[in-house]
Amino acid sequence: MWSSLGFIIGTTLMYSTPLIYTALGGVISENSGVVNIGLEGMMTIGAFVGAAVGFYTGNPWIAFLAAGLASGFLALFHAIAAVSFGADQVVSGIAINFLGPGIALFVSRLFFEGATNTKPIPLENKMPRPLNGLFPQNSFFDMILNQYATVFMAFALVAIVWYLLYKTKLGLRIRAVGEHPRAADTLGVSVYKIRYLCVVLSGVFAGFGGASLSLAVVSNFRPTLISGHGFIALAAMIFGKWKPQGAMWACLLFGVSNGLVVYLGRPGAPFQISQQLLSMIPYVLTLIILTGFVGRASAPAASGTPYEKDER
Amino acid sequence: MLKRVLLLLLSLMLITTLLVGCGGGTTEPETPEETPEATQPEAEETAAIKMAMVTDVGGVNDQSFNQSAWEGHQKARNELGVEVNYVESNQDADYLPNLEQLYDAGYDLIWGIGFMMGDVILEAAEQNPDQKYAIIDNAYGDTPSNLVGVLFKAEEASFLVGYIAGKMTETGKVGFVGGMDFPVIHGFHYGFMAGVKHANPDVEVLVQYAGDFNDAAIGKAIAIQMYQSGADIVFHAAGGTGDGVIEAAREQGKYAIGVDRDQNDLAPDNVITSAMKRVDNAIFNIAEELKAGNFPGGGTVVYGLEDGGVGIAPTSDKHVPADILEETRAIEQQIIRGEIFVPDNEADYNANY
Repeated sequence: MWSSLGFIIGTTLMYSTPLIYTALGGVISENSGVVNIGLEGMMTIGAFVGAAVGFYTGNPWIAFLAAGLASGFLALFHAIAAVSFGADQVVSGIAINFLGPGIALFVSRLFFEGATNTKPIPLENKMPRPLNGLFPQNSFFDMILNQYATVFMAFALVAIVWYLLYKTKLGLRIRAVGEHPRAADTLGVSVYKIRYLCVVLSGVFAGFGGASLSLAVVSNFRPTLISGHGFIALAAMIFGKWKPQGAMWACLLFGVSNGLVVYLGRPGAPFQISQQLLSMIPYVLTLIILTGFVGRASAPAASGTPYEKDER
Repeated sequence: MLKRVLLLLLSLMLITTLLVGCGGGTTEPETPEETPEATQPEAEETAAIKMAMVTDVGGVNDQSFNQSAWEGHQKARNELGVEVNYVESNQDADYLPNLEQLYDAGYDLIWGIGFMMGDVILEAAEQNPDQKYAIIDNAYGDTPSNLVGVLFKAEEASFLVGYIAGKMTETGKVGFVGGMDFPVIHGFHYGFMAGVKHANPDVEVLVQYAGDFNDAAIGKAIAIQMYQSGADIVFHAAGGTGDGVIEAAREQGKYAIGVDRDQNDLAPDNVITSAMKRVDNAIFNIAEELKAGNFPGGGTVVYGLEDGGVGIAPTSDKHVPADILEETRAIEQQIIRGEIFVPDNEADYNANY
């Protein structure tokens, strides 16, 4: 009983972590009024750079930061297109989604003898597990708490983003720019600067999300490693009403439903459910909660509309 | 609100396109790499046979069957003097143009690598009856005489690794993680189970399907659960999901068995063997027959242990004790002679084990 519960919670945490980082990226970008559909592409770059730098430097922290930086750099293109040139944000995001995997594979071939998969990082050079060895292996607490550092940092980041958005002057400005950029502009807030900052930050977070997959969940990058995670994170952000804590709960919900799928489908389960039905659980659960418990959500008013100074 | 809905729809649409796009959205030029050591044989006077392949979206260096296929081509170049080339596909829509490009360039035999190309290559073969085609991992009910399908008896290699697992397990439990629940994977599944039971009927096989070939986190969760419930060796046939299985073996200090290629490099201390599909050998064999004028068109060729089409990884001797390897070789001979029946589906398995 306890070990089952521990397994489900542990799996939930492992599964949710990359989504939480990326969803936070979506939260911060959309709160400043820029739709970021390119999270998937940014995650892919992050996952690749994390795995590649981790392999060559042997230091997971440098790798993790490099992943964020590379991804933030990619996000800069989204910012230039969407903020400076007022391009359609969805189109720009789609471009990022093609560019991200393309660059990742191209660079991978340069650095790994033409291979599109990076070489695996040795176990001791992966993200550390701060509580490893504290509890007996596979005991209840071990399964829940013996997680990679990325897991704990994800939850810390939720708190940080929440504090930033709702308790600081900068956060107020970000939200003002997202709700009514003209009003914010009139009061002397630089809409462009704020939006640039937020879009780049969203890239950094998405890069962390990708790297938390390639440096902790597994230890190498392959072209299919990020397959839909960015879009799930995007959905989680909307599900979570554009709030950091809401997005976190949505990601955890997705994680727990996947944990349940694995648990219920285990060999020797008292009742055998067909695997096709099990695979539906995450989506059915999401639908039920979305229709029954979440209530009406509204996006930041200016989200998706480019801001131009001279517009009347 | 409407915009939100539109956005969601769009993102859904993107997921589907990206599942394809992620596979190989590369911007690589379509030029074959020139490996310096693999030059054209100098003593080739006869008109050289020309052979080329179209990769699927994985690209030619996917460390899996596309790469293996290209290695087969290179072997044919070095040993048979066949002129070889390849074209990479970045998305499904590239298959047809790539096939046409090679058709125009005038090759004796054009390969399609992977069952994803099945329909396209059949269409091409019907349109160009004078051009020879071959495809890896696909079979047709009614094959045109200028086309050959190449299949692999994955169940035979799975039987061998199953035998190794059954002999090496200390806990009496081993695991199998499948990608998706369909016939191709059943070959791995029931071949493996039969191998385990052949080694030791008392060993329990835990089986779970991930429902996805690309979700490493799910693979890891399934494998962790298997290790926690007492399994000490887990075999996967699950593509990218299998990366998670091997990672779980590393973290838990248990054993895993790789698939398709020798996956020992992913975890040198934990991957004890791999059930390999030797696409390179198959391509080389067909090239040989083509050169001899015996192109097996109009049907399906199935490669198994007998002709080196499948087998266990060469690195197996690192972890598998010599006496077990010895027994495995004996089993291999028995399978080749037909003394051991290897099932590839549930009905056959239940009837025999």
